[in-house]
Amino acid sequence: MKAVVLVRPKDGILDPQGEAVQGSLEKLGFEVGSVRVGRVIDVDVTARDADDARAQVERMCSELLANPLIESVQIQVEPAS
Amino acid sequence: MTERPRVAVVVFPGSNDDHDAAWALGAMGGDPVLVWHAEHQLPPDTGAVVLPGGFSYGDYLRPGAIAGVAPVMTAVCAFAQAGGPVLGICNGFQTLCEARLLPGALRPNRQLEFVCRDVRVKVENPSTLFTRRCEEAQQLVIPVKHGDGAWYADEGTFVQVAARGQIVLRYAEDVNGSLGNVAGVVNEAGNVMGLMPHPEHAVDPLLGSADGGLLLAALVDAAADHLRVAA
Repeated sequence: MKAVVLVRPKDGILDPQGEAVQGSLEKLGFEVGSVRVGRVIDVDVTARDADDARAQVERMCSELLANPLIESVQIQVEPAS
Repeated sequence: MTERPRVAVVVFPGSNDDHDAAWALGAMGGDPVLVWHAEHQLPPDTGAVVLPGGFSYGDYLRPGAIAGVAPVMTAVCAFAQAGGPVLGICNGFQTLCEARLLPGALRPNRQLEFVCRDVRVKVENPSTLFTRRCEEAQQLVIPVKHGDGAWYADEGTFVQVAARGQIVLRYAEDVNGSLGNVAGVVNEAGNVMGLMPHPEHAVDPLLGSADGGLLLAALVDAAADHLRVAA
């Protein structure tokens, strides 16, 4: 079963990488508000059903994939095609 | 003649200051032993553990994240919980935060540039195991070399950590955007410390400073004390 984990810098956490990207976009002539840079992690997880997959991925997030002090996560589970 | 206390220096794939740390610990009177990350146990008679600087696992995911769950870390956590002294330097500091042995996290430098130079750090708490050879407010000159050295904690944690004296070292100037200019912290029990500056690169006046030797010699003292208590 495929899961997509979106990891973002938490609200209020300074994101120097996002600021650098924002500055470059402005130099290219784009008008942008803020830019935040996160990460997408695709996980193919062996699970009984979508709930089981979500529960497993939540544990993966708390044990390794994200640092809850500085990052927020959003998990999407899609059935394997 | 007293025996040299054993200090385990953990080697992760991508560690690059392991040999410097071992050399410096030897110069400070310790018996350094390199320990591969895949080991499940520390060597017998380990009196202290050092997690060295470098780019463990290529800094994949987050610096120190994958090292934080390496097999050897179970043994390091058990050693720390039993009161054993543990020092994390740079990537080792990041690893100790990721392993939740230390409060906070290390974020990319505010200026998004790698900093590599000597900095002055002030000793905020001279009564920890690691700073016993320093004076209060003493300024140490120790080099830094990192891209992810901005220590961060939420406000509640920061206030608590500061009130408990867990902030051990602060930069004398803003080096990387670190909250409160924090350069090094200790855990609540006082036996686990992490710092971004590299004391192992400052143990000989020939290289510009010997101030790092104060911290490493204190660690060797702590290793001897720990082995004495354990015996």
